[in-house]
Amino acid sequence: MKSKITPSVAGPLFKRIGQSVRRGSNRAGTSGDPGKYLPKTMLFHFRPRRVPEEAVRFTHTWGLGGMAFVLIMLLFGTGLLLKLVYKPFPDMAYDSILMIQHEIRFGLWVRNVHHWSANILVIILFLHMQRVFFTGGFHHPRQFNWVIGMVLFLLILASNFTGYLLPWDQLAYWAITISTGMLDYVPFLGGWLQAVIRGGTEIGPASLLLFFAVHTAVLPAGICMVGLFHFWRVRKAGGVVVPLVPDEEEAERRRTPVFPDLLLRELVVALVVVAFVLIFSAFINAPLDMKANPGLSPNPAKAPWFFIGFQELLLHVHPVFSVLVIPVLLLGGLLLVPYINYASNRGGIWFYSENGRRMGIYAVAAAVFYTAAGILGDAFFFDFTTALPMLPPVVGSGLLPAIIFTGAAPVFLMALKRRFSADSNEAVQSLYIFLMVMYVVLTITCLWFRGTDMALAWPWGK
Amino acid sequence: MTPRRRFLNMLWWLLGGLALAELIGLVIAFIKPGKAMQPLEGYGGLITCGQAADFPAGTVTAFQRGHFYLSRLENGGFLALSRKCTHLGCTVIWDEEKSRFECPCHASAFNLMGDVISKPAPRALDYYAVNIENSVVTVDTGKKMKRTRFSADQVTAS
Repeated sequence: MKSKITPSVAGPLFKRIGQSVRRGSNRAGTSGDPGKYLPKTMLFHFRPRRVPEEAVRFTHTWGLGGMAFVLIMLLFGTGLLLKLVYKPFPDMAYDSILMIQHEIRFGLWVRNVHHWSANILVIILFLHMQRVFFTGGFHHPRQFNWVIGMVLFLLILASNFTGYLLPWDQLAYWAITISTGMLDYVPFLGGWLQAVIRGGTEIGPASLLLFFAVHTAVLPAGICMVGLFHFWRVRKAGGVVVPLVPDEEEAERRRTPVFPDLLLRELVVALVVVAFVLIFSAFINAPLDMKANPGLSPNPAKAPWFFIGFQELLLHVHPVFSVLVIPVLLLGGLLLVPYINYASNRGGIWFYSENGRRMGIYAVAAAVFYTAAGILGDAFFFDFTTALPMLPPVVGSGLLPAIIFTGAAPVFLMALKRRFSADSNEAVQSLYIFLMVMYVVLTITCLWFRGTDMALAWPWGK
Repeated sequence: MTPRRRFLNMLWWLLGGLALAELIGLVIAFIKPGKAMQPLEGYGGLITCGQAADFPAGTVTAFQRGHFYLSRLENGGFLALSRKCTHLGCTVIWDEEKSRFECPCHASAFNLMGDVISKPAPRALDYYAVNIENSVVTVDTGKKMKRTRFSADQVTAS
């Protein structure tokens, strides 16, 4: 049997150790050329050697996936520090947060970085999802990676949700009470699910311990695993989505080396994100209310902001619809996005076509107008919960408004499709925009335009 | 594949499924809302409220550690009402002047019997079993009872 013998390197000990770490660098003719040895190292094995030129353009992806990765790293780092001091018991949790903020050098700052990274991460992931959708990054061969991405998004939302309770202040306690309270409206399974999540009938010691364990062990491990899977599928799909070219032209596509063209751009984005979060956290403190008091509910009490759209929905339609039917349909629809029959599998172009772009503007305008009109109409003209006493509540305040609220989408879509003689890609895109904007408007309304007793109010009013 | 191999393969799948079921059962045993976390006294146990005669008719007395309000109706009957609003679980407050329970979160209101007098709460306040022995009132907070609206059979006569 013949084996290739690599010549051993002579020289000082440190040099020899250094060369043994950088595997491959001792091969003849490669030393001093990072472009050649980088792909041989483990870290950069995630990357091809060269990528299409379009893929490195910043406005093609806006670096959102990379930003999310950087924020998750910041969260792991600061989370580990916080975990060294935090005590997950109701009589100690709030005091340990105070101790982190007042007694530990930079403790306040570290908590701020953790808090803001987590909140910015949700926004960045939302934008990343929009980027992938609007550049058609969910078509073959990236179909399943869209689903993996959705799972990651849900894991991150769960992390934000479980982390929300840990400070054990009034804000945390009542936000989690309200959002788990929504489960009461889920028929059959709801009560059981609520009891499991709360670890009892009310938010208490069992809930805090469970949330802590899930937040600091189960979810981070899950995010690592699913995240690696996500990256691996990106690599296997040939990197980020770029416009398809005919097979014979594929070989002549202009390509650019990953090092330095892509890696340096990524490094810049990472440094800007880190700098922004660190500086922002130095000036703006994470909120901390009074210690949780189960006997004293604040007015108004609101769910965490990323779920607040459903709380707004709860004010307008029957609970079974706002906490079960609509969220399940929405989530199911999002998971099925890659598996709809499309007219064409065209990716890599923002908003698909000029037609798609124009339809999108109509969809945004319609969704804003329709949602705002619905909220204001419900508040001032016609209250479904009391207007139709002769009908059973599930129909009168559930089915009927749900049909009116959600029925608008298909009607609007048909009209739009005919007006623009759109294909199925453009139609699905318009519907997607319509629903996304609707949820954003609901979120903004409940977050900033609801005051005492959850009545409509200006954000700047008392 | 021979029938024997197919059978053995199926057996492997079966064993694997069994192992998974055991694992899930184990996890559920740990996260199930268990008795271990429930306090023996205070909320979740038996609360002694005092002499029946100490509660005038038409009044409401809060029992903080039991998480309930003891309501004495005009006819002298007792009703132990959960302090949790049936809308989303906020803690309701007894307003003495207006003689009604009010939820500060989303403005639901309930009367002395726990019936909804103002939405969005969908049903009457939950209640606990009241016991009167030798004219001493006790409330069992271990089991919360749900109802759509008030009816006379929920009341414990003194």
